[in-house]
Amino acid sequence: MVKFISKRLVQMFLLFVIFLTVLFFLLEAQPGDLSQQYIGNPDIPPEAKAILAERLGLDQPLWGRYMSYMRNFFTGDLGVALSQYPTSVSSLIVERLPRTLVLFLSATLLAYYLGFVTGKVLAWRRGKATEYMLTLGGVGLYTVFYPWFALLMIWGLGFTLSNWLGLRVFPIGRFIDTNEWTGGPFTTNQVFSRMIWVAALSMIAAAVITFVARRRLEYPVAIRVRNYAFLGGVILPFAYFVFVASDMRPYALDILQHTMLPVLTLTLVAFAGIMLLTRSSMLETLREDYILTARAKGLSEKVIRDKHAARNALLPVVTSLVLALAFVISGGIITETIFSWPGIGRLLFDAVILEDIPLAMGALSIIAVLALIGHLIADILYMYLDPRIRYQ
Amino acid sequence: MTERVDLEEPAAPGIELPQAPGGGPVVQEPLWRIRLRLLWKASRRNWRLFARNKIGLVGLGIILTFAVVALIHPVLMDRVWDPAIYHPVKGYDAPVAEYTVVEEVTDEFSELTLQEAQIRSNPFVRVGDVLSIAQQPAPPSRTHWLGTDPLGRDVLSQLMFSTRAAFLLGGIAAFVTVFIATTVGSIAAYYGGWIDSALMRFADLVLLVPLIPVLIVVGALFSLTLPLLGVLIGVLSGFGGTAIVLKSQALSVTVKPFVDAARVAGGSNRHIIFRHIIPNVVPLSFLYMMFTVTEAISLEATLSFLGLMNVQMSWGLMINVAHSQGYLLSGTSFWWLLIPAGMAVTLLAAAFFLAGRAMDEVVNPRLRRR
Repeated sequence: MVKFISKRLVQMFLLFVIFLTVLFFLLEAQPGDLSQQYIGNPDIPPEAKAILAERLGLDQPLWGRYMSYMRNFFTGDLGVALSQYPTSVSSLIVERLPRTLVLFLSATLLAYYLGFVTGKVLAWRRGKATEYMLTLGGVGLYTVFYPWFALLMIWGLGFTLSNWLGLRVFPIGRFIDTNEWTGGPFTTNQVFSRMIWVAALSMIAAAVITFVARRRLEYPVAIRVRNYAFLGGVILPFAYFVFVASDMRPYALDILQHTMLPVLTLTLVAFAGIMLLTRSSMLETLREDYILTARAKGLSEKVIRDKHAARNALLPVVTSLVLALAFVISGGIITETIFSWPGIGRLLFDAVILEDIPLAMGALSIIAVLALIGHLIADILYMYLDPRIRYQ
Repeated sequence: MTERVDLEEPAAPGIELPQAPGGGPVVQEPLWRIRLRLLWKASRRNWRLFARNKIGLVGLGIILTFAVVALIHPVLMDRVWDPAIYHPVKGYDAPVAEYTVVEEVTDEFSELTLQEAQIRSNPFVRVGDVLSIAQQPAPPSRTHWLGTDPLGRDVLSQLMFSTRAAFLLGGIAAFVTVFIATTVGSIAAYYGGWIDSALMRFADLVLLVPLIPVLIVVGALFSLTLPLLGVLIGVLSGFGGTAIVLKSQALSVTVKPFVDAARVAGGSNRHIIFRHIIPNVVPLSFLYMMFTVTEAISLEATLSFLGLMNVQMSWGLMINVAHSQGYLLSGTSFWWLLIPAGMAVTLLAAAFFLAGRAMDEVVNPRLRRR
């Protein structure tokens, strides 16, 4: 297993180097070179131009430029963001990364869980009216033009619903309400990182309790323990901000409120694809002989569905995590752009609009790293689920 | 496939066939006619399978409707519509509508409050006056069936014009994808060994490329035109996921007896790949053509919505204009700016997706209903 993972790691590193190389040649191939773009820009001080020219090694031959590009990247020196001079690219990325991660992770997890459960039930009810309606709705959501859908969500849930209720349920766009934060005792990232830590720790605790319960306890008791553990895991972060860190509460609530609509939108679209996939995978599994055997044994429908069919139908769904990941990353970038959510995707888009090439390259590389890590996680998960791979 | 079926096809009844020395009938019909007849038969059978899936038929119907719309537009521009008014990019028209100035607005299409009238016309109007105001964007009327956009251009004309662009893009992307994917897949499956693993590792790499962010950066560095985008999508999709799927199909073809037979008969590698393997992979590749078109359409719309495409007019651009001019939150009163373009992208993409799924049942017998 360790061998498998380390082999994958080496492969991924190579892939990443190739990706960076392609990026480099893309930069080289653009009309004019990087320094030319900034020569005429009066906003950039001359010393910055000199540093830029030296960093990019414009006096060197192609090979030298390539080497300095790679060296800069792997020493963590991503250069200076020209549109926000003199902030370094890496500090901008560090600031934005947690927000993007939260958006991606929560949307992926929610979409997977909901999609799998719905798809399972859909396949079980093949031919009923609910199946047709939900499948059609799923295809609609799956193929909907995503930016348009996000705009409709802003208009419908963010604007019309708020007007109608007279209450701002889903704020439109941005990460925080700046009016409430001016003069406040915390910075955004302080509150946000506290939120992430508390949520992550309570979720890990719930997972550990579930794991131990599965190993130690009888089956029905273990299920009950799991349910309580996850309920507790969800309630605990809220309780923390209500009782323990009550001075952060309004700020945390503000962030949470701004997070809901983007996450909901991205989840809905990613959910549809996973639901459709689970449905077709379940339909294939239901045709297997062991399902017939299970029926002949007189097992209850629910046990056949959840223990015999769904477990095996899960495999192709997990394989599609890689594809779903690509979907979530692309969708996440559009989400960030449309909801003005200051994450990596927004950073990339703004950098591109402002022609800030170092920042755009940095953001793109980080997105590629995220994709690679997701790929690795999918591989490990797959290995865990499919013993045929584990014991190769 | 054709080579094998030649023998199974019985000769038409009622025709006296000359006997070959071995005793079997000699087919005198030219080969191309046999092939054509077989093709006709196969497509009729496939059509029957396809037509069983009603949702797929709906998808096909939507695609055909869009195709007709795309074909009609140049004719309309030529014969019926005045280019000065109806040109999707350069046209301009601001229909004049009459408004009554009132205290309280009950009908927003014919009445204005005093304050708004003072802003939009002149400061000296009074309640009860009837004003003629040029509308831009104008609501749907008999001259503009879907109204005009914030720059006074006809929305219907834009919509129809963009349909052609969508088909062009989808066609290029699909063709490039299938061309590359069948070649790569067949070569990898036929030769195996290091060629196979090199091509498949490369496919893994391409599969990992986060498409939208990369295209955003490419759009910033180069001028992205429709054909260029089509080729880019085709290359990325052809070397990536589609190649992997088609390789596994080609692999199941390479182990068939007729490949061995062709080799024994002295067929060269190139002959076997191009005459025996690729023709058997192509049906499945048509399926991926459909999915590539779906992807290409929504990618193009996304990129032009973000303002990164170098196109005259497209559905994404129409939404971009409506959004950037601030008509998003005005809600349903300006529905014709956002709804038709968004629906067009969604419908056409969904139609290709649904037709693709119906086709999936034709080429994958496993999926057919019990």
